[in-house]
Amino acid sequence: MNLPGKPSRSGLGSLVMIAAVLGGGAAAFAYTAGWLSPERLTPARMIAALTPPSGVPLGHRRNHAKGICFTGTFEANGNGVELSRAKVFEQGRYPALGRFNLGTADPNAVDATVRVRGMGLQITAADGEAWRMAMINPPFFAVSTPQAFHDLLIASGKKDPEAMKAFIRANPEFGPFAAWAKTAPWTGSYAEEPYHGLNSFVFTDAKGGDHTVRWSLLPSARPVPISQADLEKRGPDYLEQEITERVRSAGPLRWTMVTTVADPGDPTADPSKPWPETRRTVQVGTLIVQRIEPERDGPCRDINFDPAVLPQGIRVSDDPFPAARSSVYRRSYDLRAAEAKDYPRTEAAKP
Amino acid sequence: MTTAPHRFALIQRLLHWLMAVCILAMLFIGAGMVATIAPKYLPLILLHKTLGVTLLVLVLIRLALRLYYGAPPLPADLPGAMQLGARLSHQLLYGLMIALPVLGLGMLWAAAYPVVLYGGIQIPPLLPQSDGVHTLLWNAHAYLGFAFFALVLLHLAAGLFHALIRRDGVFGTMALLPLRDRMTRAE
Repeated sequence: MNLPGKPSRSGLGSLVMIAAVLGGGAAAFAYTAGWLSPERLTPARMIAALTPPSGVPLGHRRNHAKGICFTGTFEANGNGVELSRAKVFEQGRYPALGRFNLGTADPNAVDATVRVRGMGLQITAADGEAWRMAMINPPFFAVSTPQAFHDLLIASGKKDPEAMKAFIRANPEFGPFAAWAKTAPWTGSYAEEPYHGLNSFVFTDAKGGDHTVRWSLLPSARPVPISQADLEKRGPDYLEQEITERVRSAGPLRWTMVTTVADPGDPTADPSKPWPETRRTVQVGTLIVQRIEPERDGPCRDINFDPAVLPQGIRVSDDPFPAARSSVYRRSYDLRAAEAKDYPRTEAAKP
Repeated sequence: MTTAPHRFALIQRLLHWLMAVCILAMLFIGAGMVATIAPKYLPLILLHKTLGVTLLVLVLIRLALRLYYGAPPLPADLPGAMQLGARLSHQLLYGLMIALPVLGLGMLWAAAYPVVLYGGIQIPPLLPQSDGVHTLLWNAHAYLGFAFFALVLLHLAAGLFHALIRRDGVFGTMALLPLRDRMTRAE
């Protein structure tokens, strides 16, 4: 037995080996954590790219920062059962909780300056299993990949007009989105908008059959076009005032949930590519919005509408966005929870 | 309780090495998953949650076995400071093996995330949503995770030190197979 204190030649070799094991372990860990690869697209980098000129929206979501809560019911008609064994598709009424929002990272944005409107939604099955989603009103997404979304944020934040031109050359799929943004009519209400899931997911039926689908919530309210200038005249927070007043005076609002089933060969991995109009659709139920509450103390504040929170019977497809969104939304939640004092609740009811 | 066994019981040694592999995997998955937005993020986080809950169950079994079987004594000629270091580092390892999964579950509950494991197993929340509690538990989970990795490296270094330099039989007490040169001393 060798005693410590007088390392022999083989002891020295052993010391070197131990140091190599430790150094290698630490280096592998640092690499895994991304500390050695600053070019890696991390949630932190995506959130840095989202930061608006008005500054970090402390205490708020890092995107779709301006919004208002709703609660209501999802009424499943039972038709969804042929596509997915998720319990929320079995005929019945399930509690729904959501948030109307604007696609901006500035919680104080003027309504008429924000082109994209969204809805976060959570439907809870009888056994407590949750399905969360976050949808927007354009009929297709702006870009094909999360990396392209990051590049779009960087390019659109630059003063140099060449930056956007270079971005569009590199990401031609942005063209149709730019055309939509320019030509699609504006409305004066969250109630008059459709909300499209855009990302594809895989529904699994009771027999184990898979169906790749996208879904949309189509409003029963008739859209009334309004010019951007007229919307601006109605005030910076008109949409929140309008939806609150509409539900109070006219009662519950309804959206039909429609799932569209992909054919083999449809572009399931790219939300910027719509599927042909002829694809089979199934109406699976109706969202009924019954109550509107400000976000500050409202029930949607505590919810991260992470699109990867899915019930059994729904899973992600080859579309890379739900994973990217899940990762970034989680970081956004961690940040805003830590900054809650910068967006204080008005009630003492909540700890 | 058996007195002064020369090795850990087989079940203890099996659990040690099984958990060692899983814990190393957990530490790397944890550090990697929060640094990516790639599609692998979702399977990694599912694996992290499932393995974390599994490890919590395993460490409780392991602690019970440790109390039942005890541990072989350290060599009498091991310096006092090393004896103390060994005792403290093992208590810390056990503490972190229990604390990290509990903190992980707690931070998910406090963020109102459903905790769903592999196979759709749901763990019901034991905490209500709370910004403050989430932030506290999240920070504790992250920083203690780094501390755990450092401690695992230290533990590995100490194990190799016993096996390669002191050759005092301590490594053999946890080795899966009997090792010749260590057994001669222990017996």
